[in-house]
Amino acid sequence: MKKREQWGTRAGFVLAAIGSAIGLGNIWRFPYVAYENGGGAFFVPYLFAMLTAGIPFMILEFGVGHKLRGSAPQIFAGLSRRWEWLGWWQILVSFTISIYYVAVVGWSISYFFLAFNQGWGTDTGDFFFKTYLQLSDSPANFGSIRWPIMAAVAGAWGICWVVLFNGVKKGIEAASKIFMPLLFVMILIITVRAVTLEGSLEGLNWMFKPDFSALLDFKVWMAAYGQIFFSLSVGFAIMLTYSSYLPKDADMANNGFITAFANCGFSILCGILVFSVLGNMAAQQGVGVDKVVSSGVGLAFVTIPKAINSLPGPVLFGTLFFLALIFAGLSSLVSICEVSIASLMDKFAISRKKAVTIYCLVGIVCGGVFATQSGLLILDIVDRFIMNFGVLAGGLVEIVFLTWFCRLTDFQAHINRTSDFSVGSWWIFCLKIITPAVLGYMSIANLIGDIKTPYGGYPSTALFWFGWFLVGSIVIVAFIIQVSGLKTQGGKS
Amino acid sequence: MTTSALIMMVIGLSVTWGGAAVCIAIAIKKKEL
Repeated sequence: MKKREQWGTRAGFVLAAIGSAIGLGNIWRFPYVAYENGGGAFFVPYLFAMLTAGIPFMILEFGVGHKLRGSAPQIFAGLSRRWEWLGWWQILVSFTISIYYVAVVGWSISYFFLAFNQGWGTDTGDFFFKTYLQLSDSPANFGSIRWPIMAAVAGAWGICWVVLFNGVKKGIEAASKIFMPLLFVMILIITVRAVTLEGSLEGLNWMFKPDFSALLDFKVWMAAYGQIFFSLSVGFAIMLTYSSYLPKDADMANNGFITAFANCGFSILCGILVFSVLGNMAAQQGVGVDKVVSSGVGLAFVTIPKAINSLPGPVLFGTLFFLALIFAGLSSLVSICEVSIASLMDKFAISRKKAVTIYCLVGIVCGGVFATQSGLLILDIVDRFIMNFGVLAGGLVEIVFLTWFCRLTDFQAHINRTSDFSVGSWWIFCLKIITPAVLGYMSIANLIGDIKTPYGGYPSTALFWFGWFLVGSIVIVAFIIQVSGLKTQGGKS
Repeated sequence: MTTSALIMMVIGLSVTWGGAAVCIAIAIKKKEL
């Protein structure tokens, strides 16, 4: 049997795991979530969620991946033949995420070049939606393919192909050793610059001023758990796959802590950056920060470019900001793609080079829909449903299976055997009780919410095809693959 | 920027980056990182 690829160094693995966890959400989602949910007081539930759900789940995935040493379907088939579908469910979720996530990386690439002369003009909203995306009025109204976007997306796939083609050690690990330090340095440089801007302290005050009454609000705690869960790349096979490449005597517990701490620290750093810039923007317009605050795509491609226009030295700030977005996006994208590539190699016994090439070509073709004029609208719907009913629900099923249907103490013993420090009863309690309870509540609340109120005011047909039908088909296809007769070898314990 | 906001920012940064630093120190002590 062919020897499984392996990380060259522990630092390489940790940087790759941090690279996977740190993504676009750290930059454009966390600051707004913190601001909306109690400001500085949000750190109490946020850090609590990190310690009681994020880190325990990550250590568990590191332990299971390391013990079973295979791709997700192989791991679950190794634990129980009947559960192989769960691995395929996570693979299909990862594949779907990769084809729309790459679109946002493509937009970032375009904006990196636009940043050299602030090519987005003065009306940044008008430029992004009408000139760049040429956004249609409905998700079903595809219009035509926007070739500048398609070219940028193809460029992102090209970089991804080069990294993955070269394997775990020479590709992913080497890229992580370049991407991650550079990302930190770039964010540090623009953060230091941002906090010295006029009005930045007022902006920081809006984000960090604690409202401790928010701690009595259940929704704030759920927002903290949601932010931790979506940010740490747990629940959709990434950490299972990455840890399957660890050498036999590798640490798992400490690596989990380092990855989670670095990810959350990076998010807070991004909060300082974003709210300093927003504070400066608000000061220039003579309004409160609440009048300029935004999140997600609107923050990155409308608000920040507008803020950059009025900064001294806009070229340096703009190029570094969008380069940071590209690096954060690519490091996550590579990990998302690796999940499926590892499974293709395991299931069909094909070479990495062939699997990577097939995956990237299929990704470009399928992802073409996100380069059409309704791409952003479709992306918004798919992201909403995939996150809530793919990642969240998949993570819930995984945690219930691993903690209630498998012997958790076996995983605990495996982790403790080679880790820098041991995980004990707190770890068992968090995994068996707290994490399933929180994920279960969020899944049910999301399901009821989306049934009662159609998401985003989109037409029901669009929500059906790009939302319910998509997530439903993913589960069905996962079962079909399991019973298709193509045998997956169980992971090695 | 108010004192309470400053304190929360420092706490957030200290717990996360401080935690990462302590864990990295443990790993270095084991001479593996």
